[in-house]
Amino acid sequence: MRARVLVRPKAGILDPQGIAVERALPALGFQGVQNVHVGRLIELDVEDPAQLDDMCRKLLVNPLIEDYEVVPDASRPALGPSQSDAPGADGTKG
Amino acid sequence: MRFGVVRFPGTCDDVDALDACAKVGDAEILWHGDRELRGVDAVVIPGGFSYGDYLRVGAIARFSPVMESVMAFARDGGPVLGICNGFQVLCEAGLLPGALLPNVGLRFICRQVGVVVERTDTAFTSACEPGQVLSIPVKHTTGRYFAPDPAALEAAGQVVLRYAHDGNPNGSTNDIAGVCNERRNVVGLMPHPEHAVDELLGSADGLTLFESAARVPVV
Repeated sequence: MRARVLVRPKAGILDPQGIAVERALPALGFQGVQNVHVGRLIELDVEDPAQLDDMCRKLLVNPLIEDYEVVPDASRPALGPSQSDAPGADGTKG
Repeated sequence: MRFGVVRFPGTCDDVDALDACAKVGDAEILWHGDRELRGVDAVVIPGGFSYGDYLRVGAIARFSPVMESVMAFARDGGPVLGICNGFQVLCEAGLLPGALLPNVGLRFICRQVGVVVERTDTAFTSACEPGQVLSIPVKHTTGRYFAPDPAALEAAGQVVLRYAHDGNPNGSTNDIAGVCNERRNVVGLMPHPEHAVDELLGSADGLTLFESAARVPVV
C-alpha cells in the first residue's frame, strides 16, 4: 500500500523556516497569510500499514520536536522495487 | 587512557578529534560498521554530517552497528563525548536528553564563542574550574538545543556548558551549549573543543575536556 507520513514541527516550538516563508509571501504581494509552518512529507510503500506508527516513532519522526500524521492512500498502488543505491545504516555501503 | 573516535560516512572532524585525544592519551578510529569498541576507555563521536544528515541530523547514524556498542558502553558508565553532529547523534540515540533544531537565523554559523563551564562533576569537565570561560569555535546550522522541560534539566544539574555574555549563536534554550546524562558520564556539546587544542589554532581551551576524560578512572 502507498502511504504518506506528514511530519510537522511540534506546536509551540519556534519554527524559523515557517516564519521566513510567512515573511516572504507578503513581499511577493500575497496578503493575509498566517501561521505558516514548514514540515516534511515522506511517501512510502508498505506491505503492512500496521507498522507505520512504529516506523514513525523509531525513525521517521523525533517525537520530542515533531508531530506526525499517517495518511494511507489506498487509491494508489505500490510503485514496486526501489531504484535506490543509497548507503544504508547497516554499514554495507559507504 | 585510550580514546576511540567514531567515523561514520560523512564525518569530517574525526582527524582533529583524534589529534586532540592523542595529546592526552592514545587514540584510534572506530568504524561505524564495526561493533567492536576494541577495549577503548572513552568514546568520542565527532562532528560532521553522518549519513548526509538525511531525514534529521543524527537520525540514521544512531542505528549504525557501532552505536549499539556505544550505547552499552555508556550504560556501563563509560565516558562518551558527542561533539556537534556527535551531540545530535547522542540525542537521537536517547543517551542525552533533548534535541537539536535549526539555528534561529537559519544560517550556518562559524565563529569563536565563549562557553561557561557550569558543571565540573562530569566525565569531560572535571579538569575545568567552575565558571571558567572557554574560548571554543562553533560551526553548525542545526545547533539550537531544545529540551522539553528545561527547568527539570537545570534542577538535575545536567546543563554542563552555557554560551557566555549574551553570545548565544543559535537561539538554544537557556543559552545551553552542552548537557550531560543523569550519571554524568555522557556529555554532548555543539562547540568544537577539538578545534581549540593549540595556541596556533587561536585557543587551547578545548584541551581541558579531553584532559578531564584522561583523569576518569578506567571503568
